[in-house]
Order: sequence, then structure tokens, then C-alpha cells
Amino acid sequence: MSITEDQARKVAHLARIAVDDAALPALARDLSGILHFMDQLNEVDVEGIEPMTGVTPMRLKRREDVVTSGGMADKILSNAPDAREGFFAVPKVVE
Amino acid sequence: MTNANRLTIAEARDALRAGDLTSVELTDACLGAIDAAGALNAFVHHTPDMARDMARAADARIKAGDAAPMTGIPVGIKDVFCVRGVPSQAGSRILQGFTPEYESTVTQNLWSAGAVMLGKLNQDEFAMGSTNESSCYGPAVNPWRGADGAQLTPGGSSGGSAAAVAADLCLGATGTDTGGSIRQPAAFTGTVGLKPTYGRVSRWGVIAYASSLDQAGPMTRTVRDAAIMLGAMASSDPMDSTCADLPVPDFEAALTGDIRGKRIGIPREYRVDGMPDAIDALWREGAQMLRDAGAEIVDISLPHTKYALPAYYVIAPAEASSNLARYDGVRYGHRATLGAGDGITQMYESTRAQGFGPEVQRRVMIGTYVLSAGFYDAYYNRARRVRALIKRDFDQAFAAGIDSILAPATPSAAFPLGSGDKGDPVQMYLNDVFTVTLNLAGLPGIAVPVGQDAQGLPLGLQLIGRPFEEGDLLNQAQVLEAAAGFVAKPDRWW
Repeated sequence: MSITEDQARKVAHLARIAVDDAALPALARDLSGILHFMDQLNEVDVEGIEPMTGVTPMRLKRREDVVTSGGMADKILSNAPDAREGFFAVPKVVE
Repeated sequence: MTNANRLTIAEARDALRAGDLTSVELTDACLGAIDAAGALNAFVHHTPDMARDMARAADARIKAGDAAPMTGIPVGIKDVFCVRGVPSQAGSRILQGFTPEYESTVTQNLWSAGAVMLGKLNQDEFAMGSTNESSCYGPAVNPWRGADGAQLTPGGSSGGSAAAVAADLCLGATGTDTGGSIRQPAAFTGTVGLKPTYGRVSRWGVIAYASSLDQAGPMTRTVRDAAIMLGAMASSDPMDSTCADLPVPDFEAALTGDIRGKRIGIPREYRVDGMPDAIDALWREGAQMLRDAGAEIVDISLPHTKYALPAYYVIAPAEASSNLARYDGVRYGHRATLGAGDGITQMYESTRAQGFGPEVQRRVMIGTYVLSAGFYDAYYNRARRVRALIKRDFDQAFAAGIDSILAPATPSAAFPLGSGDKGDPVQMYLNDVFTVTLNLAGLPGIAVPVGQDAQGLPLGLQLIGRPFEEGDLLNQAQVLEAAAGFVAKPDRWW
């Protein structure tokens, strides 16, 4: 499986990482090399094998559906690059 | 006591309890060693005031007769662990300026046990790497040097932890291991590194790389120290739903030195092409040492070993691309400066392009690709099915009566910084060939220094154990450690 420059541009956008057009050929080459390495997996007979989700056979823990924490907006905002009036601030999203 | 920083955890614990040493003295010895070791670039955030406060509190606790095994022991913490009020950025520029408002369970457990925080340790960015060269702080340097004096990688991703323990800057350090990030650097630095069973140690507050594979563990100078430190790190934890609800046994008490009758497997598929003679010889010698101690050495087959690396490099980037989606310049860390008229998409894309290094970008994009519509089944689901087969290989070996598995830890000794990345990421991934299998299967593994190569560089072997039987694994590792008698230390050049 090879990746074209167009596909590399698309995957970079899906990953929300800006990539200069000039860097696309090298990126496509890198990604193709890695995917080629992964193609070995096609040699394996996986018929009837379920995809593995967890390594320990345990039931996910459950707890009462109640509020256990909260009331710490200041702490949560303390690391924000831009916070105003108790909210995270971002560029305008909706025109 | 001079050079107290060179003591093992067990020796220091005994000296502290006997009143021959105070934690303040021990901590000052470590802080002095750290100040003199800037050339190793192991510690990247220093917390001397915190260390001295914690040492004084530990001394009071010891005096009051309330000492736990780690009370008063100075440790270093890999940058990936959140420590309240201390910069915690997982070696990434995108978390520059982030100081957590909360504490990881592992570090909280250590502080509750009375351990002393010396500072944060260097690592590959988001734990993605095998050389420490993807760190935003620049690489940590191995205290061991080649015959030609070349600076070597301490391995990765927990390279700062390994360098600090090997150079006696701290008595122990925390590491995390997603595909070998504790065991490979331990092998490269002549130290002991233990990756516990998945679920033995809480992941709460550990900055995530690949959640189904990540596991924190101790990096120490001896197997006994690993047993002591694991006991302090491990716990069940309501904050991590994958953390096992199991009691934490006394791992040190498991070190009986008796491994008679243990069946130790030698997997034939680990004999890879191009393996250096020194590694092959070490492996055979290690097997002989265990046989001499009364274990039975058994040839076994783990037929899907070959597919562990490609499966890992689908699953880990897939999980990473999801986990790292949170770094968007909104809630913490770096945000790109925006031009006039730039909208939120430009903010995300520029922030992530500036904040993530090349290897992290590569893995996030690979992960995005294998999870995207049309490829999810072909790559991601196929890799998870192969993963099930890899785990089944181990399950079958254990069901056939194998107690543990002996393998090399790495395909080579430490190599020069700058030599690894020749522009081919796949070549670099081959470093993990002996270590990733057990992350995929969730098993515990420990790297033990066993010998040296022709240049005098340390070489390690790896023992792989049954799930949640770290005590038994540590016992076998200690027998190997004692038989190997590895006592070499790097010549001090820094």
C-alpha cells in the first residue's frame, strides 16, 4: 500500500497537523514505508479470531452514577493559554 | 556517609532505620550528584526545595518509628507523570508551561510511602522513541561511553530515568513501558527495569501514549530494589478502570533465591537474523546460569512473534492519535500565535504542527490513517486480531507448564547518539523487536544486566513472567543477577 501526496495531505488534515506542500512528498514516502512494513500482517490467518480489546479478562468496573467531583473551574482553567470569565477562549467558531 | 547516592534502595533503607544516615544527607548527596551531571541531561526539571522538605518529613517519620520501605529514599520521576505544581510535559513542546493541578496515582503512592522527589527525568516525546532523541529537551546521554569515547544513547523512551539510575543521581526512578521503554534503556545502561503486568500499576495521571499498552514500573540498580519500589508504586485505583483490583503482595519477600524446578522457556523465534554474537552468547550463558540454579530450560515456540512489531505499530499509533487529539491549544500547553482572520482549524493545525516533533507527528498521522474509514478493518482490526494470536502463543506456553521465558532485552548494546535515525523510521522500530510482544500480551517483563560486549558496554537479558506473578519473576531475575555478578559501573566523565 502506497500513499500519494494527496492522501498524505488528507491524513494530515484529519490529524489537524499543518504540513507544508513542500513537505508532502517526504511525508508520503515515510507513511508508505511504515504501511508497507504493516502489510506483513496480511500473511497471518486471522479467520475466526476476535479483535482483542483488553489483555486481562475482567469486567469493566462499575460505580454509582453520581457526581464525585467538581467545583474547581479555576483549577481547570489555570493552564489554559487563554481563559476569560470562567471559560476557555478560542477564535470565533460560528459566524 | 560519603557518596550515599551510590547506595541501593535496600542499603539506604537499612542505614536510615539504623540511624547511620538521614534522608536529608542522602537527598543532599543526590542533589549534589545531579548538579554535577548536567552533561547527562537526565534531570530536566529540578525540585531541590521540595526534595529537602520531603527529606525532613521522612526523617521525622523514621524517628517516630513509622517508616515504610521507601521512606526517605530519593527518586527521580519520568516527565510523563503528573506531579502537582511541577512542570510535567512528557518531553513535548506542546505541553510547555503545563503544571498539573493534580497528582498521578503512582507518584502519590510514592510520596505517601515517604519517598523524596528529586525532579523530572528526560524522555522521548510522549514516550515515542528508543533513543531519547525525540525529547524537546534534547537527548539524555548514557553515562557509559564507547571505546572511542562517542556519546551513546541511554535508550528510550525512559532514557533519562536509566541514565540517572546508572550514574547514581538517584536511588531509583519511575519509567513507563509501552513497547519496551523501561527494559531497553535499562539494558543499555546496566540497570534493572521492570514492566509490571498491565493493570498492576495505575495509569491515572500518567500522560497517555497507547492506553492498552502503557504500564509504569520501577528502574533501579538491583532486582531487590525493583521489588521494593514496585511495592510502593502499585495499588488498585478507582481512578483507572483498567487497574486490577488485586492486593499488592510483598514482592521483596518473594526473593527466596530458590528457583529449583522452574521451567524456563527459550523461544526459538527470538533468534533473529543479524543478532550480534555477543547477544547470542549472553543468552546461552544466561540460560546456563538458570539451569545451574536448578531450573529446567525448555525450547518453546511463540509462532506469531514475527508479527508483533507490525501489529504494535498499528495499534500504538492508533491509540496515540486518539489520546493526543486533546492537545489542541485550548486547555493547556502551547497555542500557536494566530494571524489575522485565522479560524479555529488553523489554530489546531498550527498549534499541533509547532508543538509536536516529527516522530509524534508521524505516529499521529499513521494512527489517523489506520483508523480512517475504509482502512479500519484492513489495518486496525487485523492488527487487533493478530494481537489476540500473539497473546494466545503466550497463554499456550504457560498452559504447557512454562513459568517464565528468557530472551535478549535488545538486539544490540547502546549505540551512538545521532546514528539511529538514518531517515528510516522502520529501522528504528526494530529496536523494540524483543520487547513489544509482552506489551501486546499484557505480561510482566524485567531486564537484568548480565554481561558486557567487547567494548565493555552493558548487555541485558529479559525474563517474561506469568500475569500478576511479578514476585516469582523477580525471584528468578534475582537468581540471574546473582549468577551474572554484574558489578561494572561507567567511568565518570561528566
